[in-house]
Amino acid sequence: MSELKRTPLRDFHAAHGGRLVDFAGWEMPVQYRSILEEHKAVRRTAGLFDVSHMGEVDVRGPAAAEFLNHLVTNDVAKLFPGRVLYSPMCYPEGGVVDDLLVYMRAPEDFFLCINAGNIEKDLAWIRGQAVGFNVTITDRCADYALLAVQGPKAAEIVQSLTGAKLGLVKYYHFTEATVAGVPCLVSRTGYTGEDGFELYHAAGEAVALATALWAAGRPRGLELAGLGARDSLRLEAGYPLYGHEITAEISPLTAGLGWTVKFEKGVDFVGRAALSMEKEKGGAHQIVFFKTGDRRIVRAETPVLSAAGGVVGRVVSGTLSPILNEAIGSAWVETAAARAAVLSTEGSLAVMIRGEKVNLQLVKPPFVELKKSST
Amino acid sequence: MSNLPAELRYTKSHEWLKLESDGTVTVGITDYAQNSLGDITYVQVPKVGAVLRMGETFGVVESVKAASDLYAPVAGTVLAVNTALDAAPETVNRSAYVDGWMMKLRPADPAAASALFDAAAYAQHIG
Repeated sequence: MSELKRTPLRDFHAAHGGRLVDFAGWEMPVQYRSILEEHKAVRRTAGLFDVSHMGEVDVRGPAAAEFLNHLVTNDVAKLFPGRVLYSPMCYPEGGVVDDLLVYMRAPEDFFLCINAGNIEKDLAWIRGQAVGFNVTITDRCADYALLAVQGPKAAEIVQSLTGAKLGLVKYYHFTEATVAGVPCLVSRTGYTGEDGFELYHAAGEAVALATALWAAGRPRGLELAGLGARDSLRLEAGYPLYGHEITAEISPLTAGLGWTVKFEKGVDFVGRAALSMEKEKGGAHQIVFFKTGDRRIVRAETPVLSAAGGVVGRVVSGTLSPILNEAIGSAWVETAAARAAVLSTEGSLAVMIRGEKVNLQLVKPPFVELKKSST
Repeated sequence: MSNLPAELRYTKSHEWLKLESDGTVTVGITDYAQNSLGDITYVQVPKVGAVLRMGETFGVVESVKAASDLYAPVAGTVLAVNTALDAAPETVNRSAYVDGWMMKLRPADPAAASALFDAAAYAQHIG
């Protein structure tokens, strides 16, 4: 494991019983006690996640907003200081380079949060696209650590450590404040479908902040949560994961993220022509979400079969929902087959699990009621 | 360090076997196996009455991480299976050697179990 990258909290995880695994080249805790219990804690009370492996990039300069609106599919012009935007970033062919969060700190000062596994690729892509724009792109990945506190008790826990009025920070907004004496970018965002905060802070302060959050949160039911629970929580919420629901070959439209592609924004953003054509013609495939009524997990890469038995796609994510107690997942399937299944004209889509046919019940996510929208 | 009761016998594929006083045997998976698998989400056991050869697949244990086949430590006839695992497969994580048992067999050869690992040999096997 010596070649794996470590977050500043690697020893904190080990000391708290974290099971450390290789995740996108990072030595990260997949779980502490139990993925299922950590998942339930986030839905019922709160969970603390180290997501310091995520990448951070500063985009600054007079053309920062204009550049970002060219780079991503969502509409950056709608941002104002203190506002966060989720967006895919696409190739000219319409596939996805990565999905990211865009933070507007000031009119010429933006901050991006990108996926750990895509950092090098994204930086090269962003820098290539920035040629000709008056912007400065700065890799800040090593400077920042990122802790996420997620769940119904998250606001109470973070509020106990800061003078900032968190009630004024709405969903997908942020503020800059000290939490337990540590200067943070306090973002009301997350990847679980619950209310919560993501706290960006200097890497050198991560142990102090994690220790303070853990001490304040423990009496309020906070649990340490690993990347295993993070994945099952995001799938239950219906959120895409890069490399699964969105890839260089699976566009945001195919993935059901049409709301993040703003054709009307008046900018010829990267991928616009291809996505416009896909929208007009309809894509040959689409991402669908399913449950099975059965506890057997339908693993990624399992072929999806039509009622007639032909292969019409493959599973891209699959787990057991700890809340529903049944298998849930997503699949990339032929649009015609998905439509036929929804209309029940030809029976259900299905998969084979160890020689037994299991029907997929198509579901519009989220799989559980989400409480992310705070007031 | 894994919990390895001295009175049990063990297999390379991480099943345990207990010789009961009435000559039947009880089978499950080891504490090491449940810990490696992580959260167990599904256990498939054979039908009562099934006749198993030694080393034959008798079921499947699934965790969030992976699905693994279960292998019969000895040949025999299935006398009972732990149906409580249908609703509560996580019992195997909590109690691999007692409440998490998977099946009871009438062994075809009562002496067959003696060829399996004892606790010390299994400890060496899992390193």
